[in-house]
Amino acid sequence: MYNKTVMDHFRNPRNVGTIEDADGVGEVGNPLCGDMMTIYLKIEDDKIEDIKFQTFGCGSAIAVSSMLTEIAKGKSVAEAKKITNQDVANALEGLPKNKLHCSNLGADALQMAIKNYEDKKSGKAIPELKRKDEHEHSHGDKCYCPYCDIEILPETTFCEACHADLNEQH
Amino acid sequence: MKFVNLDHISSNPILPEVKQAMIEAIGKDYANPSSQHTPGEQAAEALERARESVARLINCELPKEVVFTSCGTESINHAIKGVALANQKKGRHIVTSNIEHNAVIRSIRRLKSMGFTVTSLSVDSYGRINPREVADAIKEDTVLVSIMHSNNETGTIQPIEEIGEIAREKKIVFHCDAVDSVGIVPIDVNKLGVDLMSFAANTFYGPTGVGGLYIRRGTQVWPLLDGGIQENNKRAGTENLIGIIGAGVAADIAVRDLESRSKTLGRLKQKMIDELPGYIDEYIINTHSDYSLPNLISISIKYIEGESVVLMLDDEGLAVSTRSACATGSLRASHVLLSIGRSHADAQGTLVVSFGPENTEADVTTFLTALKNVVTTLRNISPLYKKMSQG
Repeated sequence: MYNKTVMDHFRNPRNVGTIEDADGVGEVGNPLCGDMMTIYLKIEDDKIEDIKFQTFGCGSAIAVSSMLTEIAKGKSVAEAKKITNQDVANALEGLPKNKLHCSNLGADALQMAIKNYEDKKSGKAIPELKRKDEHEHSHGDKCYCPYCDIEILPETTFCEACHADLNEQH
Repeated sequence: MKFVNLDHISSNPILPEVKQAMIEAIGKDYANPSSQHTPGEQAAEALERARESVARLINCELPKEVVFTSCGTESINHAIKGVALANQKKGRHIVTSNIEHNAVIRSIRRLKSMGFTVTSLSVDSYGRINPREVADAIKEDTVLVSIMHSNNETGTIQPIEEIGEIAREKKIVFHCDAVDSVGIVPIDVNKLGVDLMSFAANTFYGPTGVGGLYIRRGTQVWPLLDGGIQENNKRAGTENLIGIIGAGVAADIAVRDLESRSKTLGRLKQKMIDELPGYIDEYIINTHSDYSLPNLISISIKYIEGESVVLMLDDEGLAVSTRSACATGSLRASHVLLSIGRSHADAQGTLVVSFGPENTEADVTTFLTALKNVVTTLRNISPLYKKMSQG
């Protein structure tokens, strides 16, 4: 199911752990599919000197976290801000389609950690670590299944593509 | 590397005698059992012999009450849609439970979109239904009760006899999805009081591609497949004779070995339950201690996710199954685990370990040793475990 690069990062994840006196921490979670990721940053002279992660999730989520830390390490904060979920997926040489969705946590966690660092630096009141806990499921006027991203009719009670029950408002 | 298969709920090996019988059957170049000529009659005889064998396994009076299908899912679709549609003038209400297999849930949902109404019963923390709630749910326009015999995710067995009694008393057609039970535990359609029962040959170590549907005589059911007069007019389409012959042999062996099979499988399961605490901590066993399949155990391991566990165990030469949302393709937590009260996080760490005829006690030890390492590795990565250990 996963390619060699993904399996390598899953089997031997890089930069696992925590940083005790981290300059920035980002935590994202997704209760629908149950993944959770925490990113810790150590920043010196506006450069990511060290980065660690902890992840509760599937093989793909662990590989994404590991690859993300490899990409971000050593980059300036400005450069790191440009890292997207797509960059991480590309570096992993692709993820199964249904895992792209689930693994969109990586770059989000990094961006949250950078924001946390910048807020601290500028002396802003630091908001409680907020989790991203909703799947986006409406873009514009159309509705999409929150589970498989297939377009669905507004009134439907289940997704014809993945059979998810859609009881909530969508 | 020898691979240890502990995922028999997904697929069972075919018994050597069954393989042999199927190879011989291929060599015989059987004709179509519906044909009138001598080769056709020989094929029909082989088909009916297999039917008699399967009928013995579920103790039904007339072999013709057994209809061969292509799989358990087809049997279930046939039973539910067939009964509902054949009886819709009498009423359009169905009673079922929250923990049924998707074949049941989605068949019923299709009927719901056609105007049927449904009462779906909740279960206790091991996934058992209270039969009294079935009685209470039956209304004037109820035409079908469908409750599974054993659950494929937890292994928990339902009080089918008691539900069968209620259905008989209220004269409601009762379908039981016994796909994971037939050939593993004793099943008697008369004792259970079912009118229809779905099962699959692979569960009793026959081939995949053969399912069975027991239909008590006199039960009004529309066919799912319309066409020829095969299977006593109940299921059109030329029979998969090679597979069915294999199923017949597997059924004969199941009748002979069922008691010892149950015991052997149960010993492996008990050994795992007894020894688990010596290897890992913080887990929940989802399988009922008294009412459950002897070959299956479901464990929710806290702070880790199941797909990662499956991948790491695979590296160690072990096959198990997980009910993690990440591994299902649908990315949704299991409805069964949520129904028995597991949290989304605990559902994520759920493994289903299922034993088969080739497993030994040494396999249990190999599994537990590997599991311990995998759990330690993944908990070290897990932010949930860190939070928990920091209080």
